[in-house]
Amino acid sequence: MTAILALGAILILILLAGFGSQVAGLQVVFGVAVPYAAIALFLGGLVFKVMSWARTPVPFRIPTTCGQQKTLDWIPSARFDNPHTTLGVIGRMALEVLFFRSLFRNTKVDIRPGGRIIHTPAKWLWAAALAFHYSFLVIFIRHLRFFTEPVPGFVKAIQSVDSFFEIGVPSIFLTSFLLLGALGFLLLRRLVSPQLRYISLANDYFPLFLLIAIGTTGVLMRHFQKTDIETIKAVAMGILSFSPVTAGGGALFTIHFFLVCVLFAVFPYSKLMHMAGVFMSPTRNMANTNRAKRHINPWNHPVAFRTYEEYEDDFRDKMKAAGIPVEKE
Amino acid sequence: MAEHKPDQMEFYKQEELQQIDLNPPKEGWQDQPADFRPGSWIYPTKPKHLESLGMPNPREWSPADEDWQLPENWQEIIHKKFKELLGKYRSFRIFMDTCVRCGACADKCHFFIGGGDPKNMPVLRAELVRSIYRNDFTTVGKILGRACGGRKLTMDVIKEWFYYFYQCTECRRCSVFCPYGIDTAEITMMAREMLHELGLGVNWIMEPVANCHRTGNHLGIQPHGLKDTLEFFCEDIEDVTGIHIDPPINKKGAEVLFVTPSGDFLADPGTFTCMGYMMLFEEIGLDYTWSTYASEGGNFGLFTSADVMKKLNAKIYAEAKRLGVKYIIGGECGHMWRVLNQYMDTMNGPADFLDVPKSPITGTVFENSRSTKMIHITEFTADLIKHGKLKLDPKMNDHVRVTFHDSCNPARAMGLLEEPRYIINSVCNNFHEMPENTIREQTFCCGGGAGLGTDENMEMRLRGGMPRGTAVRHVQEKYDVNQLACVCAIDRATLVTVCDYWAPGVQVTGVHELVANAMVMKGQKERTMNLRLEPLPGAEEKEANDGES
Ligand code: HEM
Ligand code: SF4
Ligand code: SF4
Repeated sequence: MTAILALGAILILILLAGFGSQVAGLQVVFGVAVPYAAIALFLGGLVFKVMSWARTPVPFRIPTTCGQQKTLDWIPSARFDNPHTTLGVIGRMALEVLFFRSLFRNTKVDIRPGGRIIHTPAKWLWAAALAFHYSFLVIFIRHLRFFTEPVPGFVKAIQSVDSFFEIGVPSIFLTSFLLLGALGFLLLRRLVSPQLRYISLANDYFPLFLLIAIGTTGVLMRHFQKTDIETIKAVAMGILSFSPVTAGGGALFTIHFFLVCVLFAVFPYSKLMHMAGVFMSPTRNMANTNRAKRHINPWNHPVAFRTYEEYEDDFRDKMKAAGIPVEKE
Repeated sequence: MAEHKPDQMEFYKQEELQQIDLNPPKEGWQDQPADFRPGSWIYPTKPKHLESLGMPNPREWSPADEDWQLPENWQEIIHKKFKELLGKYRSFRIFMDTCVRCGACADKCHFFIGGGDPKNMPVLRAELVRSIYRNDFTTVGKILGRACGGRKLTMDVIKEWFYYFYQCTECRRCSVFCPYGIDTAEITMMAREMLHELGLGVNWIMEPVANCHRTGNHLGIQPHGLKDTLEFFCEDIEDVTGIHIDPPINKKGAEVLFVTPSGDFLADPGTFTCMGYMMLFEEIGLDYTWSTYASEGGNFGLFTSADVMKKLNAKIYAEAKRLGVKYIIGGECGHMWRVLNQYMDTMNGPADFLDVPKSPITGTVFENSRSTKMIHITEFTADLIKHGKLKLDPKMNDHVRVTFHDSCNPARAMGLLEEPRYIINSVCNNFHEMPENTIREQTFCCGGGAGLGTDENMEMRLRGGMPRGTAVRHVQEKYDVNQLACVCAIDRATLVTVCDYWAPGVQVTGVHELVANAMVMKGQKERTMNLRLEPLPGAEEKEANDGES
C-alpha cells in the first residue's frame, strides 16, 4: 500500500513533467522556476537542518564502543572501533562513511527447531548499499561535464574509467547499470522480506522509485532516444550563470531534469538527510575519552540531592548505636 | 503439580516460548494497540514513591485499566516535554531525522529474537516516537500526516509507549549495527522521561530510586544494616580462610572509597562477589572504606531521567569529598558503569578534589581515569595480577568450567572486554567463550536490564533472555560449562533465572568470586570450602580418604 502510494506520486510527477514539456508556456516553469526553487529548497533546507542539529547541544559523551577501551598499557585497545584520539575518531568515521563499517557487521537471525538461534553473516545489504552509493557518486561527478567548461580532468578520467569496456555506441557507463541493479535489489528487498515490508513507509519507497526513474530516463536518453548534449549543456550552464535558457530538450529530458529537481527539493526534508546525519551522530563521532577528559554539558543545571547532613540527621541514632562514625555527636 | 502463575518461570513451557515467528502480521503496526497480558508488563509506581521524589501525578492505577487517569492536558504536557528534549539532545534530533529503515537493527534485539513482536524491532520501537515527531514537529509531516509516516498522539500511543519502552533494556546492541549509530536506548530514555511527566513509571524502578534517595542505596539498607551485612560476610570469610577482617565503614582519610551496587549486599550470588572484594583488599592491605551514605553504585535514575540519575549519582563525589579519599574504585556492575563512565564527570564533576588514581601496590597510574578519578575493580585487579602481586592458585577453580557474559554497558558504553577475561584466565584453568556473535560488543542482554528484571515481567525476561540463555546452553553442551561469570549485579540477579530456565545447571558468578576462591592469602588456613561454603571436590575426596585410612 505504502509502496503504491509512493509509486503513484512518482507517476504523477512524471506525467506532470511530460505534459509540461509539450506546452510551450510551461517551459519557463520547468526550465527556470523549478530548478531555482529546487536549489533554494535544497540549500535552504540543508543549511537549516544542519544548523538546527549543530545548535542542539551534545550534553553527554555517549560513543557506542565496539572494541576494547584504552586502559592499561599492556592491553591493546581498538583504535577505530573504540577510538580514544581524534585521529581514531576520524578513522572510525572514514570507515563508516566510505565503507559502511557498521552495516558490514550485519547478521541474520534464524531460529531452528529446538530453539537454536543461528546468526549468519548477511552482507547483501552492505554490498548493494555500497554499490548504489558509489555509482551515485560517480554519476554525480560525471554530470559535472554539463556544468563546467572546460571539463575538469578528474571528471573526464572518471568518465573514461566508467566506460572502460566500450560496449555500445555511445559506450555504456558501468555505474548506470550498477546503480539501477543496486536500486532494484534494495527495492525488491523491501517488497519481498516480510520484516522490511512491515517497517517500510511511503517515505522509504519514494526515494527508491525516484532514483530508479531518474536512472532509467538517464539511460534512455543516452542509449535509446538520443538527446542533444549541446542543448542540455546550454540549459545547465544557463542555470548556473543565472541567465537561464528555456530551449527544452524534449519530453524525456524534461522528465529526467524535473525528477532530479524533485530529488534535490525533497532531500533536506526526507531520510536522505542521513548523508549529513552520519557525520554528526554522537554515538559514532565522539572519542571514548570519557574518564580522561571532562565533557561539558551546557545545560547542566543543578539538581538537589540528599546531602550527607540530611542523611545523618535521619539515621544518627542508628549509626551511633552501631558504632559508625558520625559528624555531629 | 502446583498451579503456576505468570510471574513464575515454571508457568512458561519452553517449547511454547520457542515457537517464534519472526514474520510480522499482515496489518500495519500503526493502529495495533498494545496487548497488556500478564507476565509482559511491570506494576506501576506506587504513589508514595513519586511523592517522596516530588514527581508528577502520583496515583493508584494499573496499565490493565482502560482509564489511566492522566491529567486533562496530557497531550500538551507530552508535546512540551518532547520539544524540550529535542532542544537538549542532538542525539535525539538526529536519531529522529536520519533512520532510513534499512532494517539492519531489526533482528538484533533480544526481545524481538525471543518474542517476534514486531514492535520490539529497534527500528519500530523508535518509530513509535518518530511517527509522533513527524506529525507534530516537521513541516512535511504536518502537511502529509499519515502519508509520510506520521501518527497522531492518542491515548493508545501513550499506552504503547509505556508497554514497549519498558520492553527495551537500553542495551545498545542495535546501535552497534546501525549505519548511523542510531541508539534506540537513547530514544527509550527520552520516551521514559516523557512518560514520567504524566506519572507513568514502574515501581520496580521507582521504589529503588526512592530508597536510594533516602538511605543511599536501592535496597533501602540503613547504615547499621549495612554494617551487619558486611560483618556477616566477614564471618563467612573467616570460616573459609581463617582470616578475620574488620570492614572499614565511613572511614575518614582512607585512600580509596569503594562503591559497588547494593545488589552485592543482599542476594546470592552477588554476596560472594562482595566477599571477594573484601578478601582482595584485605590481602593487599588497601587503605579503603565503604560508605553507608554512598552505598549504591548502581543508578536506577539512569532508567528514569537525566535529573534523577544526577541526583542519585551526586552522593558518590560528595562522599568522596567528605571522607577526604584520594580516588574511587567501583565494583562489578553494568549500568552503574554506564553512568560512571559516560555521565558522572559531566553531571557531577569536576572531581578536582581527588587525585588521579594510582595503585598503591603496583604504582600504576590510571591515566584513563585522569578526570573522573574512578576506576573499575577489574582494571585494578588485572593490573595487580599482571604485576604478580597476587598469589593465585587456579587449580582451586578446577571444578568450575567458566564462560564469560559481557554485560551490555561495560561492553558497549566502555569497552571493558579484556580486563575481566585476563583475570578469569589467571584464576581459572577452564575458560570457554560463547559464540562470537553473542559476546564482546555483540553481547546479548540478560533480558532484565534497565529496570525490567522483576518477576511480574517473567514472560518478557525469559523471552529477552533466550538469545543469551541459548548461547550459554551451547557452551554447556559443547564444553560442559557450569559457571557463567559476569561483571554486573543485575546479571547476577537476572541471569540466574535465565540460566535456570534455558541452561539449567549453569551457575552465575562474579569475577571477584572466582578471584577470591583462587587467591592464596597470607596466613590462610587450608581451604576446604569455596565462598559458597560448598566443599571443594578435592577436599571431599581427601576427607573420604582420611576416613578410610
Ligand atoms: C556520506 C554520504 C552517505 C552515506 C555514508 C550513506 C550511507 C547509507 C547507508 C549505510 C544506507 C543504508 C543501506 C541501505 O538501506 O541501502 C543508505 C541508504 C540510502 N541512501 Fe545513503 N548515504 C550517503 C549519501 C546518500 C545520498 C547523497 C543519497 C542521495 C540520493 C543517498 C540515498 C540513499 C537511499 C535512497 C537509501 C535507502 C536505500 C533503501 O531504501 O533501501 N545516500 N545510505
Ligand atoms: S539500522 Fe539504523 S537506519 Fe537502519 S533501520 Fe535501524 S535505526 Fe534505522
Ligand atoms: S537498546 Fe537493546 S533492548 Fe533496546 S531496542 Fe536496542 S537492542 Fe532492543
